Amino acid sequence: MDFMGIERDRLHLSWISSAEATKFIDVVGEVTAAIKALGPNTNFVKNKAKAA
Amino acid sequence: MLGYIDKIREIGERLFTDGKVDVVIGFAKGSMPMMNEPMMARSSGDLQKMVWDGNCGINLANYLTNRKEKIGIVAKGCDSRNIVTHIIENKIKRDQLYIIGVPCKGMIDRRAISKAVPGEVTEVIETRDSIRVKGRDFDETFDRGDVLQKNCAVCLHRNPVIYDELVADPVVEQTGIDRYEDVRKIDSLSTEEKWRFFDDLLSPCVRCYACRNACPLCYCPTCFVDESKPQWVGKGIDDIDIKTFHFLRAYHCAGRCTDCGSCERSCPVGINMRVLTKKLEMDCKDLFDWEAGLTLDKRPPLDTYRPDDPNNFIK
Repeated sequence: MDFMGIERDRLHLSWISSAEATKFIDVVGEVTAAIKALGPNTNFVKNKAKAA
Repeated sequence: MLGYIDKIREIGERLFTDGKVDVVIGFAKGSMPMMNEPMMARSSGDLQKMVWDGNCGINLANYLTNRKEKIGIVAKGCDSRNIVTHIIENKIKRDQLYIIGVPCKGMIDRRAISKAVPGEVTEVIETRDSIRVKGRDFDETFDRGDVLQKNCAVCLHRNPVIYDELVADPVVEQTGIDRYEDVRKIDSLSTEEKWRFFDDLLSPCVRCYACRNACPLCYCPTCFVDESKPQWVGKGIDDIDIKTFHFLRAYHCAGRCTDCGSCERSCPVGINMRVLTKKLEMDCKDLFDWEAGLTLDKRPPLDTYRPDDPNNFIK
């Protein structure tokens, strides 16, 4: 994805057991922070269909 | 390369007489110069229409998918690697095939030639090392090495990796080539620049799907772009839909692509979508030390698990 021009931090992968509530909270926090830092991705937004 | 055809015909003839195959897949002269087309010879008479020269770039493994009859197939290095991939993926059985291996010296880039001459090419005369091109007001000769298809110029497997019979002695493999120069160049760009690069690269795409249809890997009965329930991607030529198609198609070829160049060759507007598949090819080489289609004995990296698989992306 990096190669295509989509920032690496937009995709996170984590392995969290259902018993690891605290890890889940931490990871969600990290993900949100990373993505907020990048700001919205304007590149992959589809504009409304242009009227013919 | 030019003398191969006699041997191909001879082998084909023998296969038909011995009843070893029902069909031989090879190339016939196309309706335009530098555009040979795939053909299926069903009798020894058909074999006379077969040709072999520097314009046989399309990958013939594409025509093997799910076939039931016994097939003789003419295979260059890249075709043979895709045949291996087909066998591994259970799309054809090895014992159905008689592979006529063709050591290859690279195919001609017809676009490079058309661009280099002032008018329409009407006649091409090929010799061992040169290509003579004629048109209405010009007559030029090119060095074969200068007008090779881009993927052929960086090819490391010119000899077939699997065959029943070779038509000639193996050619010398190229060495000391940096296969991934272009990929690394894109890798070094910033995120914005990369996005703009692909914007530019893919902007002429008309979604004709010639690349997909010419690709021996793209054999899904229904491609993800054709599905409507659910519809994964828009069907028009919106920038985002075009990119989604090309990016995802590349992913589907990860660890399978042999860089045969059929996609780029068949593209009517000459998009070099190979940079996408090549990036994944490079990653497979770096991460799993894998090159597609070299052996029947190993499973591809994406359907095996090894404890030492790289997994530092999982946090």
